[in-house]
Amino acid sequence: MEKSKIKEIVNNFLIEEIEIDPQVISDEALLKDDLGIDSLDFVDIVVIVEQHFGFKIKPEEMSGIRTLSQFYDYIESKVNA
Amino acid sequence: MRRVVITGIGIYSCIGKSIQEVSEALYHGKSGVGIDPARTLYGYRSPLTGILEPPQLKNVLTRRQRICLPEEGEYAYVATDDALKDAGISDEYLDNNEVGILYGNDSSSRAVIESHEICVEKKDTTLMGSGAIFQSMNSTVTMNLATIFRLKGINMTISAACSSGSHSIGLGTLLIRQGLQDMIICGGAQETNVLSMASFDGLGAFSVRIAEPHKASRPFDAGRDGLVPSGGAATVIIEEYEHAVKRGARIYAEVTGYGFSSNGVHISQPCEKGSALAMERALKDAGVNPAEVDYINAHATSTVIGDTYEAMAIDRIFGPYRTPVSSTKGMTGHECWMAGSSEIIYTLLMMRDSFIAPNLNFETPDEASAKLNIISSTIEKKMDICLSNSFGFGGTNSALILKKI
Repeated sequence: MEKSKIKEIVNNFLIEEIEIDPQVISDEALLKDDLGIDSLDFVDIVVIVEQHFGFKIKPEEMSGIRTLSQFYDYIESKVNA
Repeated sequence: MRRVVITGIGIYSCIGKSIQEVSEALYHGKSGVGIDPARTLYGYRSPLTGILEPPQLKNVLTRRQRICLPEEGEYAYVATDDALKDAGISDEYLDNNEVGILYGNDSSSRAVIESHEICVEKKDTTLMGSGAIFQSMNSTVTMNLATIFRLKGINMTISAACSSGSHSIGLGTLLIRQGLQDMIICGGAQETNVLSMASFDGLGAFSVRIAEPHKASRPFDAGRDGLVPSGGAATVIIEEYEHAVKRGARIYAEVTGYGFSSNGVHISQPCEKGSALAMERALKDAGVNPAEVDYINAHATSTVIGDTYEAMAIDRIFGPYRTPVSSTKGMTGHECWMAGSSEIIYTLLMMRDSFIAPNLNFETPDEASAKLNIISSTIEKKMDICLSNSFGFGGTNSALILKKI
C-alpha cells in the first residue's frame, strides 16, 4: 500500500472516529501531547487499525512511536511486510 | 428533621420527551406501546414494547463521553440534563457545590453481549474497544453521569429490579435527612434494545396482544395477558427544603414518606404482606393516615399475580376510603428499572396539573381489582398527598409518599 494512502486512511479515522481537530494533524504532531490521544483512545485505535489494515498493533512495538509520522511508518512496515 | 423536596424533573419516555409532552399524554391517556419487528426476528415470543428512539448526542457530548454511554445512559443523560435545567442548576453551581447521584439501573446488556461476540470471533479482548467495560457495568449510568456533570457527592447505582428507581429516591431522601447531602440526582434508567429483554420474554410474562398494541398493557383488567416491557429514563432532583428555599428554587412536592420491605418468599412472585408493609411504613414515615391519601399510583404491571397481590394489599390498607388508584403502565408499559422514578414524575405532574391519569384499558375488573376505586378515564382532582408503589423481582418493595407544599 502506498504511504499516501496510509496517511489518508489514518488521518481520516483520526478526524472522523477519534474526533481529533484536523488543524492539529501534521507529520510532526505528537500523539499524546498534540493530538491528545490517551490510553483509552489508543485501545480504540487498535480496533480501528485492525478493521482498516487487517493487523493487530502490538503495544510493545508502539513504545518508541511518538509522532504521527512515526505512526504512519509503523503501519507501512506492518502492511507492506 | 431536615425535609426533602423535589425541585427538578426530566424524562425521556415512550409517552413523551419533555415534561409538558408527558403531562399531556397522561391527561389524554396516550399509549406509547408498539411493535419492534427486530424482537420477532431475534426469537421473542412478543414484539410488543414501549417505542422510543435514542437521542442524537453527536454534537452534545464529546467522543469519550459518548463512547462510554450505553443506550440507557443516553436516556439518563438527556433526562438528567433536563432535570438540572428544570431545577435551575447551572454548570457553575455543579462546579462549586457538592451534588450526589443515586440512580436506579439493573442491566446493560448490549455491550456485554456484543463484546462477547467480538471476542468469540477475534480471540482478542483489546478489540472489544475502550467503551465496552464502561457500558457493561451495572453502575454505568452513575459512573457516566457523575463524570459528565462533574459530581462530587454520593455516587452509586441502586439495583433493585423494578423498584430501583423508587429506592433511589427513598435512599436519597434518607441521606439528605441525615444531613449528609443537600442535593442528589435520583432516577432510573431502562434499556429497550433487542438484547435487553430476551430472557424476560422467555418467561412468557409479556403480552402477545399483537393486533392491538395500545390495548396490550391492561393493569388490573380481567382480560390482561401479560406486561409490555418499556424503557427510557427519568430523573428527579431532590434537595433539602431550606437549601431549596434559600436559592429560590421552585418546589414540586415534598418527599414525606419512604417505606421498604422484602418479601422473603419467591424470586418472581410478589406477596400481599410485603407490599402492604412497604406502604404502611411509608405512611408511618410521612405521618399520614390512609384516609388522607388522595391518589395511589399503583405498581400494577398487567400480570395476573402481581396485580392481584397489589390490589389485595391496597384494599387491606385503603379499602374503607375508596382511594383513587391508577397504574400508568397501561399507557407506558412497564418501564422496569426506570419505573419507580418515572411514576414519581407522572404523579408529580398529576399533582401539579390537578388530574388523575387513567388506568388505560381497565375495562373488566376481576375479584381483587373490583374492590379498588380504579380510575379508568381521566378525572380532574386537586391532590395534596399521593403514594407511589414499586415492587421488583426478589421481593423488593418500595413505596414513596409525596406531599404538596
